[in-house]
Amino acid sequence: MSTVAPLLSVQRVTYRYPGAPGDALRDVSLEIRAGEFHAVLGPNGSGKTTLVRVALGLAAPATGTAEIAGRAAVAWSRRDLARIVGVVAQREDNLFPQQVRETVLLGRYPHLSLWGAERPVDREAVTRALERCDALGLADRWIWTLSGGEYQRVRLARALAQEPSMLVLDEPTASLDVRHEMDLFELARGLVDAGGLAVLMITHHVNLAARFADRVLLLADGQTAAQGTPRTVLTRETVERVFAWPVAIEPFDGHPQMIPLRQRRQPREPA
Amino acid sequence: MRRWLGLAGLVALALVSAVVLGPAHVALGDLTSSEIVRSLRVPRALLALLVGGSLGVAGASLQALVRNPLADPFLLGLSGGAGLGAVLAIALHVAGPWALPLAAFVGALGAMALVYRLGLVGGAQLDPRVLLLAGVAVGAFTGAITTAIVSLAEAADLRNAFLWLWGGLSGASWDTVLVIAVYIPVPLVVLYAAARPLDLLALGEEPATHLGADVEPLKRRVYIAASMLTAAAVAVSGVIGFVGLIVPHITRLVWGHHHRALLPAAFLGGGALLLFADTVARVSVAPRELPVGIVTALVGVPLFAVLLRRWMGPRG
Repeated sequence: MSTVAPLLSVQRVTYRYPGAPGDALRDVSLEIRAGEFHAVLGPNGSGKTTLVRVALGLAAPATGTAEIAGRAAVAWSRRDLARIVGVVAQREDNLFPQQVRETVLLGRYPHLSLWGAERPVDREAVTRALERCDALGLADRWIWTLSGGEYQRVRLARALAQEPSMLVLDEPTASLDVRHEMDLFELARGLVDAGGLAVLMITHHVNLAARFADRVLLLADGQTAAQGTPRTVLTRETVERVFAWPVAIEPFDGHPQMIPLRQRRQPREPA
Repeated sequence: MRRWLGLAGLVALALVSAVVLGPAHVALGDLTSSEIVRSLRVPRALLALLVGGSLGVAGASLQALVRNPLADPFLLGLSGGAGLGAVLAIALHVAGPWALPLAAFVGALGAMALVYRLGLVGGAQLDPRVLLLAGVAVGAFTGAITTAIVSLAEAADLRNAFLWLWGGLSGASWDTVLVIAVYIPVPLVVLYAAARPLDLLALGEEPATHLGADVEPLKRRVYIAASMLTAAAVAVSGVIGFVGLIVPHITRLVWGHHHRALLPAAFLGGGALLLFADTVARVSVAPRELPVGIVTALVGVPLFAVLLRRWMGPRG
């Protein structure tokens, strides 16, 4: 396909949680290059988050390989890896009250020396990251005063402050309303197009993934149900099989869009 | 900068009052020549500074480790182990000037090892929540054995053991100051080096990992270094509660929660608090002396109640 070496390469990976009866992942492969937006879709429990954990070296695969920038993911030190991959995890805590600029500054950790203080370049990187996420106006706000959508933008800014080549976003739009959802997808797409970043996004939004992502991996029961461009993956047969629900697929703007069908016949108007 | 100067001033004031005030009257002009000042008050003041500082730093780092701002270094079972070691030494009539501190130190390390092992019960990863529960369990267990021994001991021994458990700096000498001054820099440096990753840990273990922290080694290092500080403190001065709980909170109010500023501030704040408390313990009921742990508890518990209200207030 492309001659550029992949930033992230997972090849035929199998993984089983200790003590679990079955494989959480079986024979799954995934390659992401700079300038690519890759979405991972699938029902709850299909292995999306496990795949990301294996890809990032947080879990060692039983068979197969997981590499980042040509090196086994488990072989990276977390610090070096944090300069290549920025992650927005599903959940995080706020044990102590913090302001937005402070929390984004935490993203500079992999660039700081053990004893040294933050340098001007670190503060500039924070400002730049906030700007790119359209969150500079939030810089002096306390975290707990932010709305859900603002908070996600701030967390994205923190990942960008790491100055990574790749972003991994685990369901970043869960529980956001339409506008903030679209904001976030547009932002991620913009970082790919303008900044040349690679983005790997786990999401439940089949339709937004179809419109924003270059490639889609559809997981079912820890296995690859389909993989490729949205148009080849999101066919009616595949989507119905994976999500166990009847759907219609309609094109919109050249992208396949899924419409879940009602199973029970709708009651007729009384005559 | 002003707050650092203020804190330094507080420490200086605490040091001066600890040296000037005491049950025996020493004229200001005789301060430098007085034997009482030179061989009793000055080493005792320095020991209070070092022990209080150690407890402050241990408390601040453990609160970040177990991700619970209400954790106290003695909540992790160390006090129980130290008490058991000390009471065993008293009951078995082990002699020698260092018998008691050494026995307490060994007891604290034993409790630390047990709690650490229990903290790993879920697998290869140290679980801070289990650590906290294991600490309480080990504390209760060693406390039961200690009470059993004390109840079987002779009356004079019993009073000694009981007072020792409440903490006190009356055993201070230049030798103890020297031992502590040589011992504590290592765990202090280990904890200060962990300051930034501890900031990340407040977000949770996985987010901290993604930001570049090696979470498992970090948790182990912080737990062991903070426990080593607490064990040394308990060995030379018994169980002095609430310094490690209250001081990090007050310093967090002024310095924020960034551990690079918080840890040094907690050291100075803990030192100042214990200096003041020990001065009160020496002077208030002179010529007798209160165990300093009673003073810190009497000051600490009401303060704790106020902080608890502050903490829970905005949420409920």
